[in-house]
Amino acid sequence: MDLTVNGQTVYAHTGGRPFDPARPAIVLIHGAGMDHTVWSLQSRYLAHHGRSVLAVDLPGHGRSAGAPLPSIEELADWVVALLDAAGVAKVALAGHSMGALVALETAARHGDRIESLALLGVAETMPVHPDLLAAAALNDPSAIELVVGWGHGPCGHVGGAAAPGLSLVPGGRRLMQRARPGVLGVDLGACNAYGRGGAAAAAVSCPALFLLGGVDRMTPAKSGKALAAKVSGSEVVLLSGIGHMVMTEAPNATTDAFSARFAAR
Amino acid sequence: MADAKFLKFDTLSLHAGQRPDPATGARAVPIYQSTSYVFDDTDHAASLFNLERPGHIYSRISNPTVAVLEERLAALDGGVGAVCTASGQAALTLAIMTLMDAGGHIVASSSIYGGSRNLLAYTLPRFGITTTFVSPRDLDGFRAAIRPETRLLFGEVLGNPGLEVLDIPGLSVIAHDSGLPLMVDATFVTPYLCKPLSVGADLVMHSCTKWLAGHGVAIGGVVIDGGTFDWEASGKFPTLTEPYAGYHGIDFAEEYGPAAFIMRARAEGLRDFGACMSPMNAFQILQGVETLPLRMKGHIHNTRKVLGFLESEAYAENGSVAWVTHPELPDHPDHRLRAQLLPHGAGSIISFGIKGGREAGRRFIEKLALFSHLANVGDAKSLVIHPASTTHAQLDAEALAAAGVGEDMIRLSIGLEDCDDLIDDLRQALRAATKA
Repeated sequence: MDLTVNGQTVYAHTGGRPFDPARPAIVLIHGAGMDHTVWSLQSRYLAHHGRSVLAVDLPGHGRSAGAPLPSIEELADWVVALLDAAGVAKVALAGHSMGALVALETAARHGDRIESLALLGVAETMPVHPDLLAAAALNDPSAIELVVGWGHGPCGHVGGAAAPGLSLVPGGRRLMQRARPGVLGVDLGACNAYGRGGAAAAAVSCPALFLLGGVDRMTPAKSGKALAAKVSGSEVVLLSGIGHMVMTEAPNATTDAFSARFAAR
Repeated sequence: MADAKFLKFDTLSLHAGQRPDPATGARAVPIYQSTSYVFDDTDHAASLFNLERPGHIYSRISNPTVAVLEERLAALDGGVGAVCTASGQAALTLAIMTLMDAGGHIVASSSIYGGSRNLLAYTLPRFGITTTFVSPRDLDGFRAAIRPETRLLFGEVLGNPGLEVLDIPGLSVIAHDSGLPLMVDATFVTPYLCKPLSVGADLVMHSCTKWLAGHGVAIGGVVIDGGTFDWEASGKFPTLTEPYAGYHGIDFAEEYGPAAFIMRARAEGLRDFGACMSPMNAFQILQGVETLPLRMKGHIHNTRKVLGFLESEAYAENGSVAWVTHPELPDHPDHRLRAQLLPHGAGSIISFGIKGGREAGRRFIEKLALFSHLANVGDAKSLVIHPASTTHAQLDAEALAAAGVGEDMIRLSIGLEDCDDLIDDLRQALRAATKA
């Protein structure tokens, strides 16, 4: 569905069922250079298990108009504008990587709008190597190769995908190649600059699930656990053998974790 | 920072798509000879049917053994996903049925496998899908043949049996300028020699029966989605960009992004047309794929040795051969394009004309001892055929000429025997055939 947020058209996938603001809602936020399709399974599952779903394309990503926003803080405020546009007062919020930082910051800044959190592939800080930042800023294809190569664990590289016939590394590469020029650079810059992770975690007052890949090389599990320790009452699910692309490398485990916390009949 | 590490081709040939079986620890890919799969509960069943969870329901749609082969072939070709089919012909049919309806039109190379030509020229028109054939070297002809209702450009990396090298980058530009995808049949080269998706093709298909398997014991096909084509921007593919009533109103491009085509091909194409690959065939083809790099090196080595014999001895010295065609020969019209697209070898098919025409060809084939006379290519064993009387027998004289098939043409598929034995066999058969 299309929404108008801050005067710009925004696309959000609703998981195959019309968005109903009267039902409990969940917003799914993708990572740097990606779009709503990373959540295709979880979107459909949750939409058919009691949730209204907004798997959003952030500004400048996927089908959404505008330019990418340059900071996690601006993206957090944008999420609240999205909720206003959708007519929902309070939502569950799930995010992956950059999207997880956005979800975390949103919960810290606008706690009254967030019912619960699910953070996938997350750490208190996400410093990006200067070479990668520079390559992404120049739209050098090597930036995508670095993100895709480091982002997938053995399940992505060797395969054995849960979805029959899909190959995760080429799939991740193609997804990022579809992003508009400059988007990945802005996103990685936002991740690199964000320094409020610890403070935001301490300010979170809602239940928070941390879904961490055991062999994540971009946001190592120990960093995710350290961040989780700063959120009161948080829960950690550690997925053995899984890299940074948690929801595509371990789609069933991700859905199971979501189901336990978000599904409703 | 350190470069990203990706598994190399030889490693993917052995490992892609498989982790040791979690139930038994089996290192080899198990043959899941099961039609169907037990659901955890009713909710799990509903979730599988509604594409909320990945997994297997019924082996016509997906099967764990077949899925390993699909993922392995997708990884080797650099595609986002693959669907294996009962044969190469089924792969071509599946791709076409996924892309277009009655009224659709294809522009295809005229130098393609006779079975593919039959499908496009004679069978699909009964269902309202027509094809214009164009010489693979005539790029302007491809552009001129595109109509408003065209939905696909199609060719083979190496023409059959003329061995023309398809200008994939050039054709890709023509296709994309018109908002159309380019599909390439890469059976003759396998991803070891050419990855069409990396040079502009959007879809690639193989007959797995040939070099991918290599043993000649299993029929199978595959279509692989590069994930590169923008179906929405094109606006010509409602099967991928509009809600599909047959699957709860799903819009495949919206739902799956770069994997839209391959998801629809499975969800609709395998479900409804049903031309699936059996798990046993997938297992057998996997045994071949594991040794693909080794075998392709051997095929290319032997092919070059046989080419040397045909060129130097059979043609130049004793004149038993009238002409020899292979893209690696300097006088081949596509030699330069071959160097660009097929730097590691141009396949193991050799065409030559025997002095004495049809009758000499018949005697030659009957005198061969090691080469097997049969209608296949890409076996580990060397094969021979006379296309005008077999694979292309349905074509009339005009179509034969358009396909580059002469009555004197002999097609060799060079196998993995000791190349000295192959050359000895060719030498004695040529001598016997042309002496008479």
